[in-house]
Amino acid sequence: MTIVYEDHDDDAATDIPVRRIKFRINGKKMVAEVETRLLLAHLIRRGLGLTGTHMGCDTTNCGACTVLVDGRAVKSCTMLAVQADGHEISTVEGLATASELHPLQEGFKEEHGLQCGFCTPGMMMAAKALLEENPDPTEEDVRWALSGNLCRCTGYQNIVKSVLWAAEKLRS
Amino acid sequence: MYPSRFRYEAPRSLDEAISLMHNGGDYVKVLAGGQSLVPLMKLRFASPELIVDINNVPGLAYHRTDPDGSLHIGALCRHADLERSDLLKTTQPTMASAAPLIADPIVRNRGTLVGSLCHADPQGDWASVVLALGGAVVAQGPRGTRAIPLADFVTGPFQNVLDPDEIVVEAVIPAARGIRSGGYLKLERRVGDFATVGVAVAVETVGENVTRAGIALTGVGGSTIGATAAADALVGRPLTAESVGQAAALAAEVARPRTDHRGSAEYKRHMVRTFVQRILSRAEAAQERAA
Repeated sequence: MTIVYEDHDDDAATDIPVRRIKFRINGKKMVAEVETRLLLAHLIRRGLGLTGTHMGCDTTNCGACTVLVDGRAVKSCTMLAVQADGHEISTVEGLATASELHPLQEGFKEEHGLQCGFCTPGMMMAAKALLEENPDPTEEDVRWALSGNLCRCTGYQNIVKSVLWAAEKLRS
Repeated sequence: MYPSRFRYEAPRSLDEAISLMHNGGDYVKVLAGGQSLVPLMKLRFASPELIVDINNVPGLAYHRTDPDGSLHIGALCRHADLERSDLLKTTQPTMASAAPLIADPIVRNRGTLVGSLCHADPQGDWASVVLALGGAVVAQGPRGTRAIPLADFVTGPFQNVLDPDEIVVEAVIPAARGIRSGGYLKLERRVGDFATVGVAVAVETVGENVTRAGIALTGVGGSTIGATAAADALVGRPLTAESVGQAAALAAEVARPRTDHRGSAEYKRHMVRTFVQRILSRAEAAQERAA
């Protein structure tokens, strides 16, 4: 896969540093040629067309771009795409199977955990990392784990309920 | 936002990393957690020519206590590793209380303590903690290895004494000479914000008497402030309401806060006093329970 860039006259376009990387995305093996300054979020959204990962603030604050790298939640706007080399990336697209929603997705539906939905992919991925580490979290644990993700419309009440709903479903 | 273009290398050994630093040109930066460097590059406050990503260098993710009692934190030890660390919970009260307050949980998964010290942000929380504990960093370069006390390491905002081809491989907290107590308290408007006020207190006691004390302040001046006189007021006697009150007043005195959107200078100074008092009162109560 090749990423095509606009060529700005002020940049030295003759010697653009590019690297070949191998990684897995939602279980699938991939190879990509990436410009070294490409961010992981850009690779996911533009390179792979997985637009479920959202870019919110672009300044490491909001958490909308959260994905899992080897199971750990990471803000993909604050990691270089080249750093994905050799690693396993999971995005919100990897949650559901062909026929079934992931319990987290069900939980957000059941408990009205979203309004506009912009922060939701990041919330779900951060919650997924939490539930893998701690399958039986308290409300406090959930609030703590999601404290790096901002929501500007629902308020956090229903998001927390959604995650607790999913935790219970996953345990049963 | 995109960073400026840069060459990127991901060496698999420290020697290779140092050689890349040495031969890499005028503007080389080490990339560890990237939680400060990448945002700076995106804003074009930093535009390095070469990035040396040390994430593939094995053997740097540790934190451990050596037989002499000193604590060593490797350059790839993440904040989250420290937050989950039983070793810190049982032996390092000041560090254990600071770890969950660094940035936010997702940033903590990647950011590193050593990177935070090197970044030398005057608002950095770890700098106060390590300064209060009398810690140092160990830098490695083509000319060998040297330990640099944190007090001498940072020379100004975002500036440290490293040579361009040196890499900090670990931070070291010296062994306690007594029983450790203390903590870190941080006032922040919301999770992930810089500290409005942060206070680190590290005390060691033998019997009833304090044998060593360190106090350092975050967010209330142009740099991390070591409140030496405040700490000295605690040493050589038991923790009492009187000594605690004195230390708190002296710490508030050396604070150089400025009025900004996070609060007035007066308020911040008041919070320094309150936090010193709060941490030390808890330490005093813990001592009484132990006795």
